Order: sequence, then C-alpha cells, then structure tokens
Amino acid sequence: MLLYSLMKIQKFNWPLWLGFLVSVFALMSYPFVFVRWPLTRDFPWANLLLFGLAAVFLFFGARRAFAPDRRRRSKMAAAFLTTLSALSLSVFVFSFFVVGRWLPAAHGAPHIGQKAPDFVLADTNNKPVSLAELLSSPVNGKPAKGVLLIFYRGYW
Amino acid sequence: MDQFTAVGIRPVAISVDAPEVSRDLCQKAGYTFTFLSDPKVEAIRRYDLVHAGQGINGQDIARPAEFLLDSSGAVRWVNLTENLWVRARPGQILEAAKAIQ
Repeated sequence: MLLYSLMKIQKFNWPLWLGFLVSVFALMSYPFVFVRWPLTRDFPWANLLLFGLAAVFLFFGARRAFAPDRRRRSKMAAAFLTTLSALSLSVFVFSFFVVGRWLPAAHGAPHIGQKAPDFVLADTNNKPVSLAELLSSPVNGKPAKGVLLIFYRGYW
Repeated sequence: MDQFTAVGIRPVAISVDAPEVSRDLCQKAGYTFTFLSDPKVEAIRRYDLVHAGQGINGQDIARPAEFLLDSSGAVRWVNLTENLWVRARPGQILEAAKAIQ
C-alpha cells in the first residue's frame, strides 16, 4: 500500500502543477498583495520574479511530462497548464503595462506656478466646501501652508 | 496623512463618489482628512482630469492626479501619473511641501 502511494507520488508531476499555481499567484498577488507597497507597486518586479519562478517549474514539469515513459494524458496536461500559465503572464503584462497607461493626457491641468481653479463641492457631511475655504482655514491650529489635492477614481 | 498636516499641508481627496460612500470609506479606513464629492465631474473637468466612461456604470470619473498648492492657491508641485499603477510617494510630496514658506 505504502509502496503504491509512493509510486503515485513519483508519477504525479508536481513541478508542472506547482509552476501553474505559482503563475496564478503571480497574477493575483499584484492587486491583492503587492499593490500595497510603493516599492512593489510602481514596478511589479516581485510579480515578474514569481512568473520567472513559475517558468522554471513549468520547464522541468514539461520535460518530465514529455519523457518517453509518460502517458499521453500527462503530455496533454503539461501543454494545457503551460498554456494557462502563459495566458496568466500575458494578462498581467497587458493589464499593468498597457491598460494601466490608458489615461487621458490632461494637458489642460493646472501647471506649476498657475493658480488652481476654485471649486465648491460637498464634503462627507453634505456641507459645501470651497477651495478658498480649504486654503484659508487653519491646519492643526496654525495657518495652512498649503493644500494637497488628491484626485482619485473612487469606488463608483 | 498626519505627516502632511504636521507640516501645515491639508490633504483633500476628490472623487465622483457620493458623500455617503466617502463617509463609509473614512469610517472603515480611519481617514480623518477632507473628502469631497464631485459626482457631476465639475471640478474634475475644470482640472482637465475627466476619464470618460471609466466608471463601473460607464460614468465619467477622475484620472489619478495630485496637486500641491501653496496658501495663495498657486500650484507648487503636480503629479499626473502616466500609469494607473504608479502613484506619487508621500516622500516626494513632503519634499515639495518643505519648499513652501
């Protein structure tokens, strides 16, 4: 019985499956984990490293699957999982380097030295607030030195 | 964000989210700085930051951008990121804030 299960483990192509799992993790860990720190967010080197690791496992897994003594089914699994992993890399590269850059140019945004246009918008208590008020009311009990406007996409 | 108020800079976040949505966000995340609601993209349009049709229901939203203004309202530092995933770091903004007298 023990011998049988050991033989099964030997047959199980773990580098292949591990490579596939690492590639899925490399894709998903960017929005869920690595986006939190500027160092791993501004350039996704951690994710690219993970994809590299996945490629190493997949290479050994595929080599094992295509050994002469392996069954056809194992070769098919290798082709399928390697394709899925490559797809996951493509989705990642496309999302980060292509979709991420689909932003309007904002040529008309106020430049350095220009006066920022005033506005009146509701705060979280539905109270209208103007930029002029934000600039003139004190910060921490002292006159405000300035205002940092952070425009963000929102949660919609 | 306390780092900014410590040097006299008031952080103000602006998005198309309704005031209630931002209030929930502030409560959940513990944010205490000002959140403003611009559902009709009025200020966002005035700053030329409209990203058309990118909301979840195809509404107009803001592209990410940060402006540091001095007390006269003049722009002292600006960041218009070219990639959604690349954002300004607090250190860069604090550096620019130090230059304001």
